Amino acid sequence: MIRFTIKALASAVALVSIVGGVAFAEGEQPKPPRESWSFGGMTGTYNKAQLQRGFQVYREVCSNCHALSIPFRTLGQSGGPEFSEDQVKTLAASYQVTNPEPNDKGEIFKRPGTPADIIPRPDGYPNDQAAAAAFGKAPPDMNLLAKARKYERGFPWFVFDALPGLQYQEMGADYIHAILTGYTNTDDPTWNLYYPGHKIAMPQPISDGAVDYKDGTPKTLDNYSRDIAAFLSWAAEPNLNERRRIGLGVMIFMFVLAGLLYFTKKRVWESAH
Amino acid sequence: MSGPSTFVPKSAIGRWFESRLPVMGLMHSSFVAYPVPRNLNYMWTFGAILSFMLIAQIITGVVLAMHYVGSASQAFQSINDHIMRDVNYGWLIRYMHTNGASLFFLAAYIHMMRGLYYGSYKPPRELLWIIGVVIYLLMTATAFLGYVLPWGAMSFAGATVITNLFTAIPVIGTPLAHWLWGGFAVGAPTLTRFFALHYLLPFVIAAFVGLHVWALHVTGQNNPDGVEVKNVERDTVAFTPYATIKDIFAVSVFFILYAWLIFYIPNYLLDADNYNIANPLVTPAHVVPEWYLLPFYAILRAIPNKLLGVVALVAAIVILAFVPWLDRNPVKSAKYRPAFRFFFWVFVAICIGLGYIGSQEPNDAMTMVARILTGGYFGFFLVVMPVLSFTEKTRPIPASIADAVLAKKTAEA
Repeated sequence: MIRFTIKALASAVALVSIVGGVAFAEGEQPKPPRESWSFGGMTGTYNKAQLQRGFQVYREVCSNCHALSIPFRTLGQSGGPEFSEDQVKTLAASYQVTNPEPNDKGEIFKRPGTPADIIPRPDGYPNDQAAAAAFGKAPPDMNLLAKARKYERGFPWFVFDALPGLQYQEMGADYIHAILTGYTNTDDPTWNLYYPGHKIAMPQPISDGAVDYKDGTPKTLDNYSRDIAAFLSWAAEPNLNERRRIGLGVMIFMFVLAGLLYFTKKRVWESAH
Repeated sequence: MSGPSTFVPKSAIGRWFESRLPVMGLMHSSFVAYPVPRNLNYMWTFGAILSFMLIAQIITGVVLAMHYVGSASQAFQSINDHIMRDVNYGWLIRYMHTNGASLFFLAAYIHMMRGLYYGSYKPPRELLWIIGVVIYLLMTATAFLGYVLPWGAMSFAGATVITNLFTAIPVIGTPLAHWLWGGFAVGAPTLTRFFALHYLLPFVIAAFVGLHVWALHVTGQNNPDGVEVKNVERDTVAFTPYATIKDIFAVSVFFILYAWLIFYIPNYLLDADNYNIANPLVTPAHVVPEWYLLPFYAILRAIPNKLLGVVALVAAIVILAFVPWLDRNPVKSAKYRPAFRFFFWVFVAICIGLGYIGSQEPNDAMTMVARILTGGYFGFFLVVMPVLSFTEKTRPIPASIADAVLAKKTAEA
């Protein structure tokens, strides 16, 4: 088995390096820098305060154009921003939601939101077409954005990204952080260092001091980008904390079980020789 | 190999039942008394691993089908908003199923490569091998159909690319594609029928796995030395407990890898573009299949003519069914075939190289390499195998399995 693996890997590495060399000859654009995230690594979890700040950034800035189709109640769930039940209720009630069913008179009506409702779309853009008409491209729904964006890692990095201790699943967060901090050409508000082709439909959405943090976190573009990227990572993958917790248990259990089975197997086979 | 069962149940009820329907005897002769060569290595545990993966895929799949909505307007939300967020442990079941497909293929590829390396396709196991090729074909079909179900951007693009291959067939191609789509392009009817077929095919696979195991139990297993069992007493051990405990251990190790994917890197093998909803007007910048189909995708793209590309794609898989007649060398195991062993590893490297090219955006240099490797892929079957059948100087094979085991023991001591 080991011989199998080593030989196949050695020849494949040689081959892929040759082919990969061909690929790298082309022009490249800078890749998003890899940041450190509280939810990275093997045991990382979301930082509640950061997610709350991220939600504030979403609400005050992103939500002007981007939908975030998740139910209000999830903002109070454990492993997320964990707003209190009252905060979630108040927040939901501050939105006007179109009731999915008509009333007794057959009229579609609006009412204050409840925690069970999905966060409504931005008022200015009732549908994707309206948004596309304004910007040339519809601002994507942000509920899965952090999982829907990746960038090419290239050989051999993509191999390391799968290995324990080196694993890399936060590409979406890095991408979002990079895009928001990538408006480095002051003459052109739609030029972005990290966007493929550098021409992005979204004009620079946020800059230093745009959101008033209440917890003393410095009001810098870098912090806003970091917090919204963390918040969107949670929105896209709300079960990460639970997944890591169960995963650790499963791993410990499986290693013990496999170890015991190995010795049982050895014992059984002793009689065969 | 197994012969009529000598199994006699201990209880009176058992004997009453057994004399009317000998199910227990069948189980006993197949999974307890069944003799397995004593020199099998861990490469022979992948049959058990694959059975485990098939069962895992069917169970998680049935549970997912309870929550999934197979309609173009709701499929994406039913997975990404409903199953992944609201269904209790829906995220776990979904990640198990989607990563399970990858591990199913990983195990299948190791299993197939093992068969090639040790000559498991040679007489008397030709039919066993061909049933395996049928299972592999069914697996690719099932995986492709399943990949369409989330109705993400890559699902849609993949469905379009693959079904469009049918239009390359002369005369009937286009009507056939329309018939498959249920319209003039991939759309709502396509998704609904793909869901129905994706639910059906795993059970067809299970039926063929039954045939595969049946054929295996008729001929008995091949083994690393490639010599047939001559003396059941000396050359074999009983399936239970020897093979069972070894298989269970191997499955537990494989499960650790499975758990690593599910719990720690669940999105590593998934395409980010499939978290964007399908939109017929927007095609992803870079359409790629899942990793396990990449080598075939590279072969398809390496050929400039569409029809010939499709022919090459199909031939790349179907050629496996002819391997028992392409390689006529009486020595089975590559252990005693130095030239074949060398070319085997070249072939493995070619497959991995093709896989890498399949994942990259095509350019001239890349296409050139893809063509060379495609030539190498087919060359392994059409040139290396027939030529080595008659010209290779093989090393002497052991007289029996027991001799091989004893020789190895002496060498170790």
